[in-house]
Amino acid sequence: MADREYAYYAGCSLEGTAVEYDMSMRQVFKALGVTLREPEDWSCCGSTPAHTVDHVLAAALAARNLSIIEKMGTDTVTVPCPSCLSAFKRAHLGMKGDESFRHAVNELLDEPYNGGVSPKSTLQIMYEDIGLEAIAKKVTHALPDLVVAPYYGCILNRPPAIAQFDDPENPISMDRILEAIGVKVSNFAFKVECCGAAFGVPKREMVNRLTARVLNMALDSGANCIAVACPLCQQNLDLRQSQVNSTMGTNFNIPILYFSQIVGLTYGLSPRELGLDKLIVSADVLVATRITVEELARKKAALEAEEKAQKARKKEDKTTTEET
Amino acid sequence: MRVGVFICHCGSNIAGTIDVARVAAEMRKVPGVAFATNYMYTCSEPGQDEIKAAIKREKLNRIVVAACSPRMHELTFRRTIEKAGLNRYFLEMANIREHISWIGLDKEANTNKAIDAVKMAVAKVMNNKPLFSSSFKVNKRVLVIGGGVAGMQAALDCADGGLEVVLVEKSPSVGGMMARLDKTFPTIDCSICILGPKMVDVAQHDKIKLHAYSEIDEIKGYVGNYQIKIKKKATYVDWTKCTGCGLCMEKCPSKNSYDHFNFGVAPTKAINIPFPQAIPKKAKIDPQYCRQFVKGKCGVCAKICPTGAINYEMQDEIVTEDVGAIVVASGYGLLDIDKLPEYGGGRYPDVITGIQYERLLNASGPTEGHILRPSDKTEPKTIVFVSCAGSRDKSVGVPYCSNFCCMYIAKQAILTKDHIPDSQSYVFYMDIRSPGKGYDEFTRRAQEDYGAKYIRGRVSRIYPKGNKMVVQGADTLLGAQVEVEADLVVLANAVTAAPGAAALAEKLHISYDTFGFYVESHPKLRPVETNTSGVYLAGAAQGPKDIPASVGQGSAAAAKVLALFSKDMLESDPAIARVNESNCVGCLKCKMTCPFGAVVEKELRGGKIVASVIETVCAGCGVCTSTCPCGAIQLSHFTDNQLLAEVNAICQI
Repeated sequence: MADREYAYYAGCSLEGTAVEYDMSMRQVFKALGVTLREPEDWSCCGSTPAHTVDHVLAAALAARNLSIIEKMGTDTVTVPCPSCLSAFKRAHLGMKGDESFRHAVNELLDEPYNGGVSPKSTLQIMYEDIGLEAIAKKVTHALPDLVVAPYYGCILNRPPAIAQFDDPENPISMDRILEAIGVKVSNFAFKVECCGAAFGVPKREMVNRLTARVLNMALDSGANCIAVACPLCQQNLDLRQSQVNSTMGTNFNIPILYFSQIVGLTYGLSPRELGLDKLIVSADVLVATRITVEELARKKAALEAEEKAQKARKKEDKTTTEET
Repeated sequence: MRVGVFICHCGSNIAGTIDVARVAAEMRKVPGVAFATNYMYTCSEPGQDEIKAAIKREKLNRIVVAACSPRMHELTFRRTIEKAGLNRYFLEMANIREHISWIGLDKEANTNKAIDAVKMAVAKVMNNKPLFSSSFKVNKRVLVIGGGVAGMQAALDCADGGLEVVLVEKSPSVGGMMARLDKTFPTIDCSICILGPKMVDVAQHDKIKLHAYSEIDEIKGYVGNYQIKIKKKATYVDWTKCTGCGLCMEKCPSKNSYDHFNFGVAPTKAINIPFPQAIPKKAKIDPQYCRQFVKGKCGVCAKICPTGAINYEMQDEIVTEDVGAIVVASGYGLLDIDKLPEYGGGRYPDVITGIQYERLLNASGPTEGHILRPSDKTEPKTIVFVSCAGSRDKSVGVPYCSNFCCMYIAKQAILTKDHIPDSQSYVFYMDIRSPGKGYDEFTRRAQEDYGAKYIRGRVSRIYPKGNKMVVQGADTLLGAQVEVEADLVVLANAVTAAPGAAALAEKLHISYDTFGFYVESHPKLRPVETNTSGVYLAGAAQGPKDIPASVGQGSAAAAKVLALFSKDMLESDPAIARVNESNCVGCLKCKMTCPFGAVVEKELRGGKIVASVIETVCAGCGVCTSTCPCGAIQLSHFTDNQLLAEVNAICQI
C-alpha cells in the first residue's frame, strides 16, 4: 500500500474534551501508513453558534480553513468531528454550487476559497480510501468479549445531500470497520438517533432522557459498549452517564469508546496511547480481556478439541448404555 | 386573395396582456388582408357566426384566427369555415394565448409579438392549398392491455357491444390487484366474490380472446388498422392440456419460489397456479426456481401430470393480432419499501405493506385468513398503520397523493377488529382523504365503532425492541411525540406507475408524466382519450384510482371505442407527406428515417425507382421532408413554401 497523505483538521473538541479521539485517530492512521498534515493557524470551523446566526459568516469561518488547506496543495481534508465536517461540507458545497454565495463568502476572507478541497470524515477515509482489507491486515489483537453498539449520531451521514456518504437512516461503514477488525457488532436500532447534542447546556433533562434511550437500546441489543465517531455524542453518553443515572433512576455503566480507540486496541496499541484513561466510564474491564490473535486461535483450537472430545465421550456413553 | 383575421380576447386571458385592437388594426395594413376584427370569445356560437357572416359579407376566402392553441379549437374553426363554404384547410390559427399572453406580462412586448405571430399565420394561409381527406376501412376489433378490473370492464363492455376483443394480461391470471384484496371499501364486500363472476365472464365470452401471461411486443399502424405483436411468455406447461388440477404444485419439491400473487408473504412452488379462482386456471413454471432448469434434473411435475402437459422445451411465442383501437389498462405499481429506510426499508419482517396485509386477511391467502405476524407466526394484538408511506413525500419522488390508502387503511383497521376482537389498531395519518360516496362515514366507523385510534402526524422511525416494533412519530394535534409499541406495522406504501409503463407508452406513442402515469388528452374534458387517436386509457395506469373510478373509466373507454367503431369508414388526415415523382431521385433516405414505415419503394414505368407514401400509415410528422436532399417529399399543409412564407413574414420590417 502506497503511503497516503491527507490534510487533518482536528477542530476545537479534539484539543479539549475529545483529546482521546485525536490521540487514537492519529495512532490508527500512523499504523495504517497515513500521514496527516495539519494546517497552520487553523481557526473555528463555524459550527453551531455561527450557523444559527448567519450562514455566510459560518461558511466564511469554515472557508478560511479550507482556503489555508487549499494552499497546502492537498485536495482532501479529513475531519474527525462531524460538526466540523458538516460545517466544512456546507461551506464547500454551497460555494461550489452557488456563485453569489461564493462571492459573498469570499468577500469576508483575506484569501478566497476556490473549492479545491473535499472534506471527508475520518470514517469515510478509513472505509473508502484505506479499505476494509488493509484495515484488517494490521490487526494483532482480539477483543473476544466485546459486543459493540455502533453509534453514528445524527449528523455524520445527514442530510444526505450534504453528507454524501453512507446511508442516512441505516449507515453501515462503522459496522463494517469493526467487523473487519474482528469485533462483534450488535444489531443496534438507534444508530442515528439524537443524543441531545448541544442541548446539554440549556435543557439538560432533555439530553438525559434522550441519552438514556440510546444507552438503553444499546443494552437491549446485547452490547457491552458503544462505539462513537462524534465528540458531542461521546460527551453526552459518557460524561453525562452518571447524570442520567441520578436523574432517570437508572444504573448504566457502559463504556463509550471512539471507534478509533477500538481499532487501536486491536492493533496492539497501549490503552495509554489511545487515551483510554480519559474516559469517564472506565473501559478497563473490557480492555483487560484483550488477547493476541495467536492466543485467540489457540483458545479456539482448544475449545474445539474439547468439544470434539466431549462428543466422542457422549458417543461412547451411548454405545456403552446400548450395550448394557 | 381576401384574408379575414379574427383576434380573440378569450375574456381577459388574451386581452389582459395583449392590445388586441392594435393587433387587428395592424393586420388591416397587411397586403392581402381584407378584413380584421377582434372579438370577446371567437369560439362561442356568436363568435363563429361572426366568422361565417364575414366570409359572406366581405367575400373572404382565407381565414386566420388568433386565439388559443390549435390543439384546443382548430377543429372548431375548420368546421366553421367549412359551413361557410371554404375548404377547411384555408384556416390558420395563431396561438397568441399559450405562446404569448399567458407567458409574458409586458403588454407592449406581447402585442408586438402577437402582431408577428398573426402576420406569419396570414403569410401561411395565403399559401395554403385546399386539401381533401380520403376515407379508409376500420378494423372493428379492439385490443385491451391489462386484465385488471378496469381492463376487464372495458373488454366486457366492448364485447357486449358486439366488438371482438383481444385481452392481453401480463401475469398468468386476469384479476389484477383487485383479485388480491380481501374485502372492498366502503361496503366490506368480498373482493374476489364480486370480481370472480367478471373474470369468468371474460373467460367465457365468445367475443373475448384472452392472451394471459403475455406482453405487448410491438405495435404498428394507426387508428382503425393496428398490427399488434404479442409475446406469449413460455409457461413450460401446455395450456391446451392443463386442467388446473394442481397435482404438480402439490408435488413440486422446489418450495422457495417468490409468490408474485401474494407479494412474497409466503413462498410458493416453482410450478404454481397463482390462486384458486385464477382465470385461466393453468399452471406455469418459474424457471429461476425450478430444479429442472437450475440443476438440470428433477422432472417431478412431468411425471405426475395426468395429461402430460409439462413441456420443459417451450419457448416464448409471438402471435399477431390486427385491431382498430386500443384500451390501455396496464395498472399501477407500488413503491419499493427499500426507499423508506427510516421505516426499516424491508429489514424488519414485521413491517409489511398494505397489499401484503391484505393477503394475510384473505381466506385463500398463505395464512388462510388468520392474521399472523411474519416473524414468529403469532397473532398481533397491537397493529400500527402508516397511511402515507412515501406518498406526498417529495424526497422519495412521490409528491402526489396515492388516492385510496386512507380508505383501505380504514377498511383494514375494521377487518383487524373483526379478526382479532381484543386487538388495538393505530393509524398515523397526514389528512384523512375520503371524498367518495359513503367514504367519510366509513372512516368514522373505523374510529367510532371499531375503536381504531387515529393519530394525526407522520411516523419518523420504526425500530425493533425485543419482539415488538416501536413506532415513533408525532401527534400534531397534541403537539407531542408519540411512541407505540406494536406487534405488526402496516405501511400504505405509495402507488407508482406500473413497472415498464414508460416502455409501453413508447410503443403506443402516447405521453406519460414524470412519474410514468399516462397522460389523458384533456384532464377534464377528454379523460379517457390520449393524444394518439384510437388509444384510450382506463384505470390506475392514468393515475392512482380506486375500484369504482377504474370500473367507470373502463366503461367510458369502451364507450369511446364503440363510438369510434360506429362508423364503417374513418376519414384520414390529408396533412401527410407526398412525393413529387419527377423530383425524386430514389435515394430512399426517407424510407430509412420514417418512424412509422409509411414510405415504400415504387417502380415507375421505365424502371425509375421513387419513394411512395402509404397514405393511411403516414402520421404527418415531417421527418422525411427534412431528410430529402432534393425537396421532393413534401408534407401537405406544411410545405417548404408555406413555412418559408412564414419566415419571410417575420423577417420583413
